[in-house]
Amino acid sequence: MSSTDVAPDAPEAPEQSSLRSGGRRFGDTLFSTLSVGSGILIFVTLALVAIFLTAESMPAFRESKELAGIFGTADPAFSLIGGVAPYIFGTVLAALIALVIAIPVSIGIALFISHYAPRRMAAGLGYMIDLLAAVPSVVYGLWGGVWLVPRLEPLYVFLNQTLVWPSWVPLVPSGEAIIPLFAGDPTAPMRNLASAAVVLAVMILPIITAMAREVFLQVPRLQEEAALALGATRFEVVKTVVLPFGRSGVVAASMLGLGRALGETMAVLMILAPGATFSWHILEVGMHNTIAANIASKQAESSGADMSYLIYTGLVLFVLTFIINAIARWIVSRTTVKG
Amino acid sequence: MAAPQPITVEDLNIYYGDFLAVEDVNVTIQPRSVTALIGPSGCGKSTFLRTLNRMHEVIPGAYAKGTVEINGENIYAQGVDPVNVRRRVGMVFQKANPFPTMSIRDNVLAGVKLNNRRISKRDADELVESSLKGANLWNEVKDRLDKPGMGLSGGQQQRLCIARTIAVRPEVVLMDEPCSALDPISTLAIEDLIHELKDNYTIVIVTHNMQQASRVSDRTGFFNIAGTGKPGHLIEFDDTEKMFTNPENKQTEDYISGRFG
Repeated sequence: MSSTDVAPDAPEAPEQSSLRSGGRRFGDTLFSTLSVGSGILIFVTLALVAIFLTAESMPAFRESKELAGIFGTADPAFSLIGGVAPYIFGTVLAALIALVIAIPVSIGIALFISHYAPRRMAAGLGYMIDLLAAVPSVVYGLWGGVWLVPRLEPLYVFLNQTLVWPSWVPLVPSGEAIIPLFAGDPTAPMRNLASAAVVLAVMILPIITAMAREVFLQVPRLQEEAALALGATRFEVVKTVVLPFGRSGVVAASMLGLGRALGETMAVLMILAPGATFSWHILEVGMHNTIAANIASKQAESSGADMSYLIYTGLVLFVLTFIINAIARWIVSRTTVKG
Repeated sequence: MAAPQPITVEDLNIYYGDFLAVEDVNVTIQPRSVTALIGPSGCGKSTFLRTLNRMHEVIPGAYAKGTVEINGENIYAQGVDPVNVRRRVGMVFQKANPFPTMSIRDNVLAGVKLNNRRISKRDADELVESSLKGANLWNEVKDRLDKPGMGLSGGQQQRLCIARTIAVRPEVVLMDEPCSALDPISTLAIEDLIHELKDNYTIVIVTHNMQQASRVSDRTGFFNIAGTGKPGHLIEFDDTEKMFTNPENKQTEDYISGRFG
């Protein structure tokens, strides 16, 4: 989209009429040029990033066995998919677990702020939530690695050792974890995917909470009064009016949070002991890694083909985030309520 | 059901925080009749209306002092749950407010389904039909009960709200300028409906339209305010016919004859 045709109308007959303007006003032109320019800048930046990622990934493409038919220079041991797939798995799994933890808590906090808390307390709490978003991720990484991980250990032991099938229940593997995600053989220190996901959850909490709060505050007063006048309790008002109205906003907020969780690097890097498997056992250490953390940990000592491969994994993350955003928009457009 | 009793309001003072909005209302509202409240903007008639089902206090800082007896029970007595009051005293608002996420049918059943009350499908069907018939809306919507309530016209939406209100079988229905956003034909439909509803419900209606008050009501109360920042008062309360032909108070006469307000 270009808009180069901002040239003012050519001044015609110099007939003296006070209603005619002498071309466009200067401030107007300046402002519209600036805002159009800023808009274009977004496209340009995005395109440049995509071009950079693709161009720099070319060496990896050229050597891969998947694209051998095109380039004919393949190293049969070098796979585009095989190498990055475990990291995609780890990235998505960590982000989803973070989301599962963060969404209910965020909705709870947002509802408390918008509908339950006394006004002054709500303002203070909202401010604190915003502060939480301002904490740098390296601080979260430190806090998670040093403070949180040892304290989560008893919980993990409980989930792994105590929450298991008792022997008197037939047809189940007795002694195995009831929830398969918590099976396996976790060992301290618990630098596992679950710990990383918990810290990610804390990091995306403020995003989701802030957006959900805004949506809940926009619920039309008249709708709430309609429910109240029918004899609804406060909880019933939330259930029949506030949550249905806020649903699409909460979905959108969650997707924003998911986007952040997918790309978060530092905290994951500092907490997770890396591995590259497709293990569902989120308590086991040294089994998972995320794309972003993997890039950060290896880029300093990579060059040539290794660097190209890292950049290619960055491209994968870029596309992944893109797809998830597209899905989010689609969901929001389907669930938006007019009121 | 026992013979319906009047609503008795005694020494009611209504506040927004420190501000006394309506002062010292004493009135008796006859059951199974239509009572209209008129007066200039800001005189406190809507505020007063909202104290009759304890909706006033949902505004932060708002409260009322005094006695409002409905069926012999003071709704401002200690330990009274406003939720239970509102189930017996329904309310229709100025702007139609059906629940946007619900179908027509679910809108009618919304109040009944609150508090986890269970209702069988047959009872629900019957209730939907009788409530919509009671609101003179059945014939217009019976073929599209599962369509969203927001798809109806403004007048139909308001009648849907009335159906939703009477579906919980209240004793009293409060109406806060229910026709002010409607065209004359929809207004007429609602006014006809009010005439029919008074056989079963005690109706209190706030209106800006004096013709409407004289058309629909049996008794009329006139609220007025001495000036900005002063509390509103119930100036006169009498049979509608007398209020509009031969009011006792000079202020009422001035207002009704259009000399101010």
